[in-house]
Amino acid sequence: MCLGIPGRIVAIADADALLATVDVSGVRRDVDVTCVAEPGAPLEDLLGRWTLVHVGFAMSLIDEDEAKATLAILAEIGEADAELAAFATEVE
Amino acid sequence: MTATPMTTPFHDRDTGQRLLARIGEKLHALGATERAPIRLMEVCGGHTHAIFRHGLAGVMPPGMEFLHGPGCPVCVLPMGRIDDCVAIAEDPRVILATFGDAMRVPGSRKSLLQAKADGADIRMVYSPLDALTLARRNPDREVVFFGLGFETTMPSTALTVLRAEREGIANFSLFCNHITITPTIKAVLDSPGMAVDGFIGPGHVSMVIGLRPYRFIAERYDRPLVVAGFEPLDVLQSVWMLLDQIGRGVALIENQYGRIVPEDGNPQAQAAIAEVFETRAFFEWRGLGSIDESGVAIRDRYARFDAERRFAVRSPTVADPDGCRCGDVLKGGIKPWQCGLFGGACTPETPVGALMVSSEGACAAHHQYGGLRKGAA
Ligand code: SF4
Repeated sequence: MCLGIPGRIVAIADADALLATVDVSGVRRDVDVTCVAEPGAPLEDLLGRWTLVHVGFAMSLIDEDEAKATLAILAEIGEADAELAAFATEVE
Repeated sequence: MTATPMTTPFHDRDTGQRLLARIGEKLHALGATERAPIRLMEVCGGHTHAIFRHGLAGVMPPGMEFLHGPGCPVCVLPMGRIDDCVAIAEDPRVILATFGDAMRVPGSRKSLLQAKADGADIRMVYSPLDALTLARRNPDREVVFFGLGFETTMPSTALTVLRAEREGIANFSLFCNHITITPTIKAVLDSPGMAVDGFIGPGHVSMVIGLRPYRFIAERYDRPLVVAGFEPLDVLQSVWMLLDQIGRGVALIENQYGRIVPEDGNPQAQAAIAEVFETRAFFEWRGLGSIDESGVAIRDRYARFDAERRFAVRSPTVADPDGCRCGDVLKGGIKPWQCGLFGGACTPETPVGALMVSSEGACAAHHQYGGLRKGAA
């Protein structure tokens, strides 16, 4: 919950609602991008960017190396599977 | 499972060894010894987890001790709030949506897991947005999201309330248990016999709030704080930065995690928090008692999304169980193994105190990685 997981913004799901599709290790989910969207700039600018996702919200933009490093750390401390499983959880 | 100190290429053993040697030199210059160590407190559960997982305490040169602070938001939830949450969940109109982490925290009657087994409609969700989805799909039910966490998760619940407002979703509300980091650190600093020489600052909380809110720690309490990343090398580098400050006789707020944490934090996240939440006069913590201005509540403007008003919760103060010493552990007064219940009555399978529930809690981390070995961390 507190560590978050890095993913790549692959599509704009709903520009008006500030939702974008993020891919985390092959799992996709719509994520709120309010906190990383540049005010006034088109949401498309975010396409292809890496972001740290906490509980369904993109909280910061990171570069690709940082994203890979963070994934490696999560794997190393045994949290990657839990974070990914949580990210993949669908509403019951 | 045993700790594996820095063995993978990613963790760069050489740099780690070099940093450890430099930490050793600093400690020596400071005259720190095993008996009179420098004590650094991490206030983020993610750091607690990383320190145990990588056995960092074990590889530290003598004279340096980690204190594990109150940085796990699940661990400090008081029993009274869990009781309230169970009571809300037992209302037959309600679907309670919660993060999985909160399910096993003991209440005075039962945990959410037990309440679910007893028939309450409790759904584990990944995101507060999933609670909104539940509300849309179940218009005849009341969907309540159990919101908890420090500033890292606070923007997500604030933005969810704003989204509910925008979409006019009337059957959604938030049971707000968010807490803020700086009053917590202040409570540690104000506790009698406080023995913390410096703080390893939380990485992702700081990504939201920035560095400014920590200034009082340096200015009023003369203690350094270094915001740190979660890699072992990040933690070691932060330890070195703290020792360097102590050696120079200064107390500054520094940022080791600049690649994620901007100086001013995240303005959009701060705006969402300020719009939806206001500071509570006080909030009750498990093990620490009441801390002034340490929690937030929903502003009047968004009262209709406030589960506390919709369900008239009681929030009774419930004493921690006999023999439980979570508060002393949280303040750095004792080590987990010094609690009489540790490993006996209190284990991760049957937690008595909340510090045994989450893997980010000091007692659970110690139990998992340190075993019963005294001084393992
Ligand atoms: S062993 Fe259990 S009761 Fe004792 S301090 Fe740790 S969590 Fe609390």
